[in-house]
This record gives sequence, C-alpha cells and structure tokens, in this order.
Amino acid sequence: MGRRVLVTGAARTTGRRLVGALAEAPEVERVVAVDDFEPREPFPGKVEHLAVDLRSPALVRAVQSAGIDTCVHLGVTAEPRAAGGRVTMKERNVLGTMQLLAAAYHAPDLSRLVLKSTTAVYGAAAGDPAVWTESMSHDTPRHGFGKDAIEVEDYVRSFRRRRPDVAVTVLRLANQVGPTVDNPLTRYFELPVCPTVLGFDPRLQFLHEEDTAEVLLRTILGPAPTGTFNVAGDGVVLLSQAIRIAGKPPLPIPEPLVNRVAELVGRTVDFSPEQVRFLQYGRVADTSAAAEQLGFIPKWSSRHAFEDFAATRLRKLVTEEQVTRAEHEALTVLRRAAGWIAREVPR
Amino acid sequence: MTPTRERCQARTRKGERCRNPAGPGGLCALHRRQLEEAAAADSAKPAPPRRRRPAPSPPVDTLQPRPRAGGAPGGRAAAPTPAGGAPEREGSPPGEQEGGAVHTPPAAPSEGDATGGHAPRDEGEPDLGPLGPVVDWAEEALEFLARRLLGEYEVDEFGHDPDLVEHVLAPLLRPLYRHWWRVETSGLEHVPASGPALVVGNHAGTLPFDALMVALALLDEHPAHRSLRMLAADLAFDLPIVAPLARKSGNTLACAEDATRLLEAGELVGVWPEGYKGLGKPYRERYQLQRFGRGGFVEVALRTGAPIVPVAVVGSEEIYPMVANLRRLARLLGFPYFPVTPTFPALGPLGAIPLPSKWLIEFCPPIQTAQLGPDAVLDPMVLFDLTDQVRDTIQQTVHKNLLARRGLFG
Repeated sequence: MGRRVLVTGAARTTGRRLVGALAEAPEVERVVAVDDFEPREPFPGKVEHLAVDLRSPALVRAVQSAGIDTCVHLGVTAEPRAAGGRVTMKERNVLGTMQLLAAAYHAPDLSRLVLKSTTAVYGAAAGDPAVWTESMSHDTPRHGFGKDAIEVEDYVRSFRRRRPDVAVTVLRLANQVGPTVDNPLTRYFELPVCPTVLGFDPRLQFLHEEDTAEVLLRTILGPAPTGTFNVAGDGVVLLSQAIRIAGKPPLPIPEPLVNRVAELVGRTVDFSPEQVRFLQYGRVADTSAAAEQLGFIPKWSSRHAFEDFAATRLRKLVTEEQVTRAEHEALTVLRRAAGWIAREVPR
Repeated sequence: MTPTRERCQARTRKGERCRNPAGPGGLCALHRRQLEEAAAADSAKPAPPRRRRPAPSPPVDTLQPRPRAGGAPGGRAAAPTPAGGAPEREGSPPGEQEGGAVHTPPAAPSEGDATGGHAPRDEGEPDLGPLGPVVDWAEEALEFLARRLLGEYEVDEFGHDPDLVEHVLAPLLRPLYRHWWRVETSGLEHVPASGPALVVGNHAGTLPFDALMVALALLDEHPAHRSLRMLAADLAFDLPIVAPLARKSGNTLACAEDATRLLEAGELVGVWPEGYKGLGKPYRERYQLQRFGRGGFVEVALRTGAPIVPVAVVGSEEIYPMVANLRRLARLLGFPYFPVTPTFPALGPLGAIPLPSKWLIEFCPPIQTAQLGPDAVLDPMVLFDLTDQVRDTIQQTVHKNLLARRGLFG
C-alpha cells in the first residue's frame, strides 16, 4: 500500500512544488492538497485538491476518511497582506493549526507529521548568540510571523506528547529565495532601493526553493526522524553584501525613522517591528543537526541561492561590468597621471 | 555553516591567492572578467595590453617597505580563517566542485593575465620611479573597492570579514600601535600557532583600545598572524556603526555558546573578564585588576580543553585617565559609565584623543586545562582556583612590566 499524504498550504509556491514532486514519487498513492485558492499552475491529475480553509470542518473529514498517513503542514503564512490583515493571518496560522492537529489526533492511520516552521522563532536581538542551535532557549518574538510560528510549534509539541506513535518533524527554514518564491524578503530586494537600518549590517542565511522542496520531500519519504531541525544554506551573507549582489543602492535610514521612510519606498514590503529588528541584528542558525540526523545538506549555499535569485529575478542597477570598467578607467587615468608626473617633474 | 565555496583560482598581482569566492570556471568575477578582456584584446589587436604596470625592476620599488596590510598575508590566508561548524565540510554543494576541473589551470590567469602584474613593460610607458608604490597602492585600493561594490567577499558565520580587517581596520589601527603608543609585545611564543586557545587579559582605559591592540599584535606580529576573536559586551552589538564593525572585525557576544563554538572551531578567542568594571574604573585605581566575573571563561576553557594564555597590558590605563564618572548621565544615555578625564568633555572632541602613553603587552605561559577534563567544570573549587591563577598571573605581570617601563610616556 502506498503512502497517502495531505499537504496544507499546497497552492503556494513551496506547496505547489512539493505536491508536484509527491505526485511523481512512485511510493505515493494519494496526495490531498489543501488550500482555499487555486494554484497558479494547476495540480497534476493524481492530486486531489481540497479547496477549503484550514478552519473548516471539511478538513477534519478529509484527514480522517482518506486514510492519511502523513500530514505536511505548510499552511503557516508570513503574509499579512495575502491573508487579509494581521488578525486574519494569525487566526489562519494558529487556529488553522489547532484544527488540523485536532483532526490529526483522531486520524487512526497517521504516522508522520511534518511542520514547516521558520528560523524566525529565534527572533533577532543584539544579545543573541551568534549561531542558534535547535536546543538553545530563546526569547519569544512578540510580534508577527515569529510569534505565530512559536505558537504553532507549541501546539505541535503538545500533539507529539498526545500521539507518541506519530513521528513529528519540525523544520525551521531560513529565508527562502529562488526564481519563483515570493515572500516579504524577496519583495524587499525587488524594491528599486533597499532601505537598511543606518549603522547595522545583519548576517543573513538563505535557503534556495529547490532545497526547501528537497528537504520536505526527504522528510516525508525518508526514514522518519523525530525532532526539530534548522535548515539553511551553507555560509552567511551580510545584508550589505546581498544588496551589492542584487546590484541595488542601499538606503540607510536612522532606526526611529525606518517605518515612515519605508512606507514611502514601498507598501508591498513588510517593515513590521519584527522585520526591522531582523534588518538590524539578523540571525544565523546551525544546520549540523539536519546534516547529521536528516542527512540533508543543501545543494545551494546561502550565497549561491541568493545569486541565483538575483540573477533570475532582479534587474541590477549596478552591474559587474560597470564596476570593473570604472575600476579599469580610474586606474588608467591614475597611471597616465603618474607617468606624466614621472616624466615632467625632474627628480 | 562553513563557507564551503571554492576560492578563486587566480593569483593577485602580488602573487597571493585571490581571496574572492569563485564563480563558474573557478575564478572570481574580477579575474574572470580580466581574463575575458585579455582574451578579447589578444584576438582583436596584437598589442594594446589593458592593465599595464612597470615591471618591478627598479630596486627602489621593491625595497621600499610598504606601510600596508600586506605584512604577511600569505601566512594569514593559510590560517584557518573560514572556521565554523567543521563537521559538514564534506558536503560542499556538487555544483561548486568544478574548481578542481577548471578549464583554465590556476597558474594561467596570473601569467597571461590581463592584470598585467608581471607582464613585460611596454616601451612607451615610462618608469614611474618613486610613484610606483603609490600606483600599486591605488591599484590595490581600487580592487578592494570593486570587491566591496560587488559583494565579492566572504564572511564566516560570526560575521568575521578578513578582507575588511586587512584593508581597512588594521591599517587604521596600525599607526596607533606603532607610533602613538609604541607598543612593545613579548611572549608571542606562548600563543599557539594553530588550534584553540583562550587569551585572557586585563581591561582598562574607558574605551577598549587594549583589546584592539592585543588583537593587532597577534595579527601583525605573531608568526601565524592569528585573528583574535574577542568576546564583547552586548552593548557593542546594539550601537549603530559599532555593531557591524564589531562583528566584521571578528568579535562576538560574550556568552558561553559563542565562545565554545569558536574554540571548537579551533579559533583564538580573547576575553576580558573584568568587563565594564575594568574599563570604567577611575584613574586612582589603575593597574588594580577588578573581580573576574564569575569565571565563565574558565568553564568554557575546561569544556573545550583549550589552554588559557594570560596577557598583561601596561599602558592602556593612562590613555583616558578617568577622574570622575557621571553616573546619572550614563544611565540616561544607556552607557555603563560616562567618563570625565582632564580633557573630556572639557575640550569636546579634542578630548577624545587618547594620551600617548607607552604600552607593553606581554603574553604569559599558557595554563593547560585539557588534563583536567571537561568534568572539572562541575567542581567550583577548580573554577575558582583557575580563575585566581589567571588573575594573579596577569596582575603580577602587570606590576613587573610597570616597573620595567621607564616612564609613563617612556
């Protein structure tokens, strides 16, 4: 008997990619894709699309009746705007998870639960350790996505206590980038100028969207590892560096003014207090547990992932050619001047 | 976590390994472009070589000492800078491993290179004479600038940016070290050339210049040119401008997690256990070491088995002789203290110029911890004893060197 997998948040980029991969996997018999809107690209034939909100009772029936053995929860969103405001976002994130877990609790065949979480649970502060491991205690972010993600993780943890027979894997993903993924950070880099907090240069980690799909697929189909794992590309990129790679001019703004100025720059981008702290302090997560226990090493390093994103999605204002040419010209002028001085000025 | 990227295969015109991360073809963006330019120039016209520079034939050029970062960058590049979570090194992404099978052999770019570093001088170009080094310097500066503009540099997981340290931060501090405070460093042989060690020092002088000078001593004068990764207070990571510089120069937060991680990665870690108590103490208490915190640094050393190298700094106490501390104002500004010195704040910004006292830095013989084993952490007596031993060593060395110093400014 093949695997029967239910995926929430399936119509968004990550979900769509994962559902496609699951549909192609021979060991998967049935894929139920849950999302209340249609994906940009229709689901493959094998997939049953359940167009319901996570909070609806239809979900409970689906989880219980379809003999689902694996539940993949991608439905926690960082997008207040897409969700219809922060309040709705929180409701969908937290209450949706509660509903899903309630349904999962009564699903007799369920043996595996995978939660896509985020490294945002670690928050961002000056007094943070440089590199987060999964077991370090951290302050609870008090706002936004990070807070939702923590609450969701808490519910999942209590679910694990109540259903010890289910292998629960929590994946804390770093900021995702890639040719198609769309999130607050990708939109930030798509701005014509990148507002930064004056005098701060955070360390960032990126995860390529291919690696996101790969780690999810591996967790779903591979041996069932229970636990929490950070997932991020190798290495660290500074925000200033990322902005340079993106070929954008940075716009440093004193911290108290960030919100106001950011409003002018672009309303599509998230400049919540949480995000501003992230742009000040950044965060880096240790990925050795994922490498050792999940056996997962991302194909793309943070830098390569970002370079790929920049190459496929961004229009560079400052290009490599320009810089190299300017360097070359400056040098030519300098050398000519030096030559002239050496010739004309008697020793 | 470790930056597993391949480095550029080319060599700079000084013959050092290029530090830039490699892109396709095993070369960094700059060298790739130069190679293309050279190829284009070769095929188009026979002559016009792009980057020309007189060959280093005039002895004047080569013999002149250059007050530049390049003290011995070769050694530094060899040092295990890209540290971090070593375990997953084997997992370098498949796409990146072409470095070995590069089509252009590593040597090629440096020879026929458009950089023209060692290209034969063409007859029309005059000998730049004494201006040669200036042009060299400008060339390097421009290259650095281009690298920064393109983001073509690498930081480790703590944010350490050796490129920036070598080309900007160290050159800024070097005049202070050499000419202002005329620092004399001894006992460098006690600092291991590789592998982890915990450098523990006294802390004084209102601003942490002593820490910077110890770090510069290790970078410039230690045979292995080691980067000292210092543990700093969280205030350093919360102040605009200071925060990113603190990280880029290799510092991290003074917490057990960060210290352990650095030591496990084989780094040289610097810690100043007196903290603000030492930095912000009044001038009349000079050279009296303050309490050494709770000895957290000993715990970390025991856990990782790293040796402790005490370092005694003489001279930092006099740079800003603090006669009073405006506590209320400090609290208002969120600083740990607000110093009043004979010149500050009376002379305004001029008062911020440190006094040119004479400095002596001495590294003491290392105190081994490995033989005690990690379980020794559980015994508070061991912790106290070790903490005291380190503190006494530093205090005694400070007194000894105070006597050895001929005078405050001598």
